[in-house]
Amino acid sequence: MENNAPIFQRPSRWKISGLFILIALACLPFADLTINTFDPMAELDRLFSGLLSPSLYPIESPIDALLQTVAFAILGVSSGSVIGFSLAQIFHFRLVRTICALIRAVHELFWALIFLQIFGLHPLTGLLAIGLPYTATFAKVYAEILEEGDRRAFDTIRHSSSFTSAFFYARLPDLWQHFIAYTSYRLECGLRSSTILGFIGLPTLGYYLSSAFLEGQYSEVWALLILFYLLIASIKYWVRPKLLPVYLLISPFIIANDSHISFDNVHRFFTQDIIPLPIRNGQGISELWLWFYNLFINEALPGIVNSLVLTQLALILTGFITLVWFPLISKLFFARFARSIGHFFLVVMRSTPEYILAFILLTLWGPSMLPAIIALALHNGAIIAHLMGHYSDALPLRLDATKGLNRYAYEVVPRIYGQFMAFLFYRWEIILRESAILGILGITTLGFYIDSAIQDIRLDRAMVLIIITALLNVCIDTISRHIRSRLRLSMGPEIISK
Amino acid sequence: MTAFESIVRNPLNRLMFLSTPITFIIYQLQLIKNGSNRMQSKLRRFIQSSFLALLVTSFSSTVLSAPKTLMFSAIPDQDQTQLIKRFAIVADYLSTKLGIPVKYIPVKSYSAAITAFRNNQIQLAWFGGLSGVRARLLVPGSEAIAQGLEDTEFRSYFIAHHSTGLQASKDFPKNISDKTFTFGSKGSTSGRLMPEFFIRENLQKPPNDVFKRVGFSGNHSRTIALVQTGAYQVGATNYKVWEKEMKAGKIDSSKVSVIWKTPAYPDYQWTIRGDVDQFWGEGFKTRVQQALLEIKDPALLKSFPRSGFIKASNNDYQPILETARKIGLID
Repeated sequence: MENNAPIFQRPSRWKISGLFILIALACLPFADLTINTFDPMAELDRLFSGLLSPSLYPIESPIDALLQTVAFAILGVSSGSVIGFSLAQIFHFRLVRTICALIRAVHELFWALIFLQIFGLHPLTGLLAIGLPYTATFAKVYAEILEEGDRRAFDTIRHSSSFTSAFFYARLPDLWQHFIAYTSYRLECGLRSSTILGFIGLPTLGYYLSSAFLEGQYSEVWALLILFYLLIASIKYWVRPKLLPVYLLISPFIIANDSHISFDNVHRFFTQDIIPLPIRNGQGISELWLWFYNLFINEALPGIVNSLVLTQLALILTGFITLVWFPLISKLFFARFARSIGHFFLVVMRSTPEYILAFILLTLWGPSMLPAIIALALHNGAIIAHLMGHYSDALPLRLDATKGLNRYAYEVVPRIYGQFMAFLFYRWEIILRESAILGILGITTLGFYIDSAIQDIRLDRAMVLIIITALLNVCIDTISRHIRSRLRLSMGPEIISK
Repeated sequence: MTAFESIVRNPLNRLMFLSTPITFIIYQLQLIKNGSNRMQSKLRRFIQSSFLALLVTSFSSTVLSAPKTLMFSAIPDQDQTQLIKRFAIVADYLSTKLGIPVKYIPVKSYSAAITAFRNNQIQLAWFGGLSGVRARLLVPGSEAIAQGLEDTEFRSYFIAHHSTGLQASKDFPKNISDKTFTFGSKGSTSGRLMPEFFIRENLQKPPNDVFKRVGFSGNHSRTIALVQTGAYQVGATNYKVWEKEMKAGKIDSSKVSVIWKTPAYPDYQWTIRGDVDQFWGEGFKTRVQQALLEIKDPALLKSFPRSGFIKASNNDYQPILETARKIGLID
């Protein structure tokens, strides 16, 4: 007998969500989630009592660190945006896309570790560590913005004028706002990046922040963090188009130091340092294979497994946190005053780099995956909650719409769920990239093994591991794009440029 | 070396120096050809200033690149908050003694110190045993010229949290297996290399198989702090740092105590690049060595902390090199 009634089918978004939750549950037994400190509350207590007495006094040169942070960010981001803009024009070439994807897949901290080997303490190290991955990201996003834009005026003018003038008259004015919005958002990211680069030795805020953390000087930690928040929060007051040329002119003088680049070192890096040891020693292909096999089995594989476990758990937790936090800033749920508190909370959470959050939690709870998962989820959750909150504001409601929890569960969440998943999958690859770098803090993801190889001055191994990390990222990015297109989740230029 | 000379001599600087104005001119020509409107002039202003900025960077780095100042650094093996304060007085002392500007360059990791030495961004360094061996392998001609009085017979202390119930012993404490354990920095001699060597020698297994968890705290004072809070049950630290922190009252002996002292081995030393005589004149290396040996001021010695310096040679560190090879830390 055949049943003609339509069979109830769960929507595919629901299935995918279920699948990812199952994956995360399957990862749980492999994740090390213990709290290792003997008395975590005592440390927490010390951390927050530091908040009551922030002090910059013991820090050697906080203003210089602040200027360095800004100068590296401005130079890195602006060079990235100029080069990225030109790459966006040729982004339809597969080769360009692939190279950009690979460059993007390596976190700026790893770039910094690489450039530190080539240029040492020269400012070029920091400049390229920010500039290079940002160039690749700018190229991609600018290309997306161009693609989503309206081409009709351009196509008409194109018949009677050169490409350049058609582009500047008919395309750029239309999309200019999107470019500006995205670029200024990236400047904020750049400030975070340049702060974090201090953790590995650039003279930015992170330099003092990491020392203060390591020595448990929480008064200094808070003073530096407050300085950092003020810097981020005041961006709209000090980043002005008219002032930008001034900044660009001054910045090189701020970051300049008296170290120099030795061409021999650059040459040696490419011709010796990163060449696998068996080749350098003139051994055969079988030795090379053995070398790679040992590296892969002993370091890359455990690194990959741990990075993925961490990523999947952090992804699910990010999702939950987003769903809990986005109402805090949504007009559909809270009045103006409550929303402004929500905004403040989310701004603090998303401006704190995940690396610093993980660092704080590791200090409190000892080394395990737990602090890393929480740090990734808090940071990314706040970012997506911010976007979702704004998105939900635009939802039209019926006059007799329900209120409170019912409105949340039966009206708003189902209607924004597609967008929510689009954002979450968009962050998936970013979370993976971040989980790799958290290895530098001692969690055994890929970054742990990369950092170890660099500390041992075995750059050949470090390079292989970094390439594996990049490929893993590209894989996840591809899967994520595939899922997003299957579920027909798109974001549009307004959202991209946010 | 004048700015011009250094542009000509350094190929990378030359490349940067020449390519920037060329791109700039090409861009200007492009703009003249296409005329201008408001949007373009905005964009042009922006791009012009970026090019100018790049030009200035390449120029300033070129001008400043002439190595007249002697740069030195030290591995960040303990409390990193006061590094500049601690070593600025050493720089002042060396500067007076040698009659040239001397500058201390702070670094964040052992490997950064080695890289800076290799890149000639520092010419003199206060290295640990392992980092010194690594640096000298990478820079042929470089020499260990002085070591601390204590460095001929250096030791590591194994320390444990009171909750483990471990007691001090003369023999290697085999009952540390299955505890959680932290080394110092990954590239440290007293915090990593030698403790790992004694663990392998006594337990016939690599640390990862011996302990429930193995961590790297980053530096010696951090190791003490982590074992004291119980984040790790057992750790290995530098005995000089332990003694210094004990004196400063930073150690709560009801929470953490020494359970084993390793046999002696050679450790820290001053290493200098082989090519310094070319830059600062014949006999410069000997003068630096003499200046280091003559450090008697307790305020200066406290920075290290050592009671004085004596001569050293590369051969003194042969045992460290062999141990590092045995463990597989050096290929």
